[in-house]
Amino acid sequence: MAVIEASDLTKTYGDFTAVDGISFEVAPGESFGLLGPNGAGKSTTMRMIGGTSLRTSGSLRVLGLDPEENGPLVRASLGVVPQQDSLDEELRARDNLIVYGRYFGLPKAYLTKKADELLEFAQLTDKAKEKVSALSGGMKRRLTIARGLVNEPRILLLDEPTTGLDPQARHILWDRLFRLKEQGVTLVVTTHFMDEAEQLCDRLIVIDHGTIVAEGSPQSLIRDYSTREVVEVRFGSTRNAAMEGPMRELADRIEVLPDRILLYAHDGEALLDEINRRGHTPLTSLVRRSSLEDVFLRLTGRTLID
Amino acid sequence: MAPIRARLAARPRWLSSLYAGNARAVIGRGFKVIRNANWGIIATGFFEPVFYLLAMGVGMGALVGTVPGPDGAPISYAMYIAPALLATSAMNGAIYDSVNNVFFKLRYSKVYEGMLQTALGPMDVAIGEIFMALFRGLLYAVGFLGVLAIMGLVTTWWALAMIPVALLIALGFASLGMAVTSYIKGFQQLDLVPMVLLPMFLFSSTLYPITVFPEAIQWIIKALPLWHGIELMRQLSVGFFTSGTLVHAAYFVVMSVVGIAAASLRLRVLFLR
Amino acid sequence: MTEQPAPGGTTAVDAPLVSFTGIDHAVLAKRTRRWGWVQYSSYRHAAERPFLGSSLAVALGNPILYLAAMGLGLGSIVRHDVDGVGYLWFVAPGLLVSTVVSTAAQFGTWPIFGGFKWQRTYLAAQATPLEPRQMAQGETLAITVRLLVQALLFWLLGFAFGAWPGGASLLNVPIATLAGLAMFTPLMAYAATLEEEGLQFSFVQRLIVMPMFLFAGTFFPLSVMPLSLQWIGWISPMWHGTQLARMASYGLSEPPWLVAVHLVVLVVFFVGGLWAASRTFTRRLVR
Repeated sequence: MAVIEASDLTKTYGDFTAVDGISFEVAPGESFGLLGPNGAGKSTTMRMIGGTSLRTSGSLRVLGLDPEENGPLVRASLGVVPQQDSLDEELRARDNLIVYGRYFGLPKAYLTKKADELLEFAQLTDKAKEKVSALSGGMKRRLTIARGLVNEPRILLLDEPTTGLDPQARHILWDRLFRLKEQGVTLVVTTHFMDEAEQLCDRLIVIDHGTIVAEGSPQSLIRDYSTREVVEVRFGSTRNAAMEGPMRELADRIEVLPDRILLYAHDGEALLDEINRRGHTPLTSLVRRSSLEDVFLRLTGRTLID
Repeated sequence: MAPIRARLAARPRWLSSLYAGNARAVIGRGFKVIRNANWGIIATGFFEPVFYLLAMGVGMGALVGTVPGPDGAPISYAMYIAPALLATSAMNGAIYDSVNNVFFKLRYSKVYEGMLQTALGPMDVAIGEIFMALFRGLLYAVGFLGVLAIMGLVTTWWALAMIPVALLIALGFASLGMAVTSYIKGFQQLDLVPMVLLPMFLFSSTLYPITVFPEAIQWIIKALPLWHGIELMRQLSVGFFTSGTLVHAAYFVVMSVVGIAAASLRLRVLFLR
Repeated sequence: MTEQPAPGGTTAVDAPLVSFTGIDHAVLAKRTRRWGWVQYSSYRHAAERPFLGSSLAVALGNPILYLAAMGLGLGSIVRHDVDGVGYLWFVAPGLLVSTVVSTAAQFGTWPIFGGFKWQRTYLAAQATPLEPRQMAQGETLAITVRLLVQALLFWLLGFAFGAWPGGASLLNVPIATLAGLAMFTPLMAYAATLEEEGLQFSFVQRLIVMPMFLFAGTFFPLSVMPLSLQWIGWISPMWHGTQLARMASYGLSEPPWLVAVHLVVLVVFFVGGLWAASRTFTRRLVR
């Protein structure tokens, strides 16, 4: 049985439709991603799952319950990591974990032990007595994630978990999330980072303007909507547009961006050789594996990050 | 977590989305914050009414002399304004906690966002925060009464009842304030709050009897809550009661009930969007 | 292979994005050295424009509320003349000065601190030829205009209440502005030294502004209080300003040496504060 079932989920704020009739299911133990640009409606969907945003229409079941009717009961089984850290700045790091646990009704004896364990998990043991304002951005993020685990959640909602972290901190975090998954926790992750979606998600939906534009595993999406490799060539601002014609002859599909042209091919190196052989030598060139960024470009005609 | 889930699952349907029966966790946080808070800021918060009492009681008292008290007998000017200052301070504190503080925690510090990601419901948060507002009100009321005693302005045991009445006034303003906060959109609208409180303070017989005004204006003042709070306090301060006493008390009981009902109805708008 | 011009003419990308008209940087820098403080003050006026409505409401509302409540209401239970005049005439100059000084105190704290910490206006201005000293002077010029307007509105409204015995009370406007500046510049100098938002401004409000409003002779002459409390007035710009305002308004008589003290105290606070602010601004921005 699915732990989250959303059907025709819709949320409007006045004239603005943030989420426009999306349907999806998340299986127990699955790592499920919502991928899309800023403003696509991902965070709103997350808040509706936790029952802290009231849906306009559609139906939603989390662990078999309607989060709007049973907010506290549903959230008792959820761990939430919001996009912007909502740590309690008036409390110290360790107290953040304990007080947060009390909101779940957890007993003090359990929490004193749990807090130390979670501080270790977040590599913040030596910062236990620090004020939140004294922690760095990465530390705050780790504390927020640790806090989301205080009630041993069955489902962990992570909204843009690694935005604002440096590359090393992101990898540490991904490692922690993998371990949770191994322990059977269901992960629901929103992200606008392709590499994050590819690293973390078994399955994902691509959202744009509040609607689902594609669904599947990262590999299947790349297979269905892109090629194995991509060649990126730059000709400089004066020649870029003019090279569209010659490039189109070389690949089945190309994308002309303001600053570069993307050519989709199975064998990128061979294609680049062909470009050079024909005398269209670019200023710079790059051959890379296809990613979800290419999928998104294909589906919407836009890049994810402007 | 299993027993907690069982308890939550057993809640009646109309409460299950609003209240988890765990306001004490919010109160627990409040006390932790007070323990961490700067004691200077708590202490100086109590200075405002004391400064008013000293300056106006001593300075203005020299120009005014005595004024007729609730029972008609002349009392010193300091004794006249002291109960009014206690009522005003209960009002200001309650409004500050339920409007400015709640709005700040809602929009900027995200404290409530954190709370509502947990098994708490909006009503747990509201009850906990109003409780903390009343607790702060209690501290200040006890302190102020102590100052009155030291200054020799306490003449009857009835004055002790000013403490619960200060809490009743605070409850009325805090619950109504929380309902009002659900309509506030931006920081600029918070500037309107003093525009309501200041005139009430200046005209509700705080520093001089309202009989100096034309009758029509007197009736407007009598419709406003602060005047009832002040009159009630003033009667308690000398232990003299009239049939009006009950009206004043009833005003605040009704205001609290209406305020709590309004706040409850607005909770979902206030906390869930 | 060499770069070929794109066939089919230029695209939008080819056009120059920014035009260069040959600005004489040396002349501009010279002008800023002379007039930078005035240039900066126009920034502050622009920044405050969105709040014009509520500022006006306060500037008009406060005089009406305080004159009605204190001048008329409280005045009605004052038994005798104070200083030989009715209570309304006595209290009106005090109310005018104290509201102007309170505004000055408010603008000397949060907006200055915010300019370093939140809006980071001063850091932006520092990337131009403006000097830190000129920013402090510009803030002072901007608040001067604001205080003058506020004092003038108070004075005009006072007529409706019969708060002024004669036209000489118009001098209350510059006097209150000077008293406001005497409050503003020292606070501005202090605000520029704060790195973290803390409770300092709450303490300023609760331990300086509020006691000054209550104890510095706004509502009653200092002399009615015990000597142990009179010193609060002596060190307050509010009291010195109020006494001068009373002389102008209804002819309060004071010995010439005391008048000189009032003026000297206000000018020393104002100039000393401005000098200190130039230093704290510079120390904060140039390191």
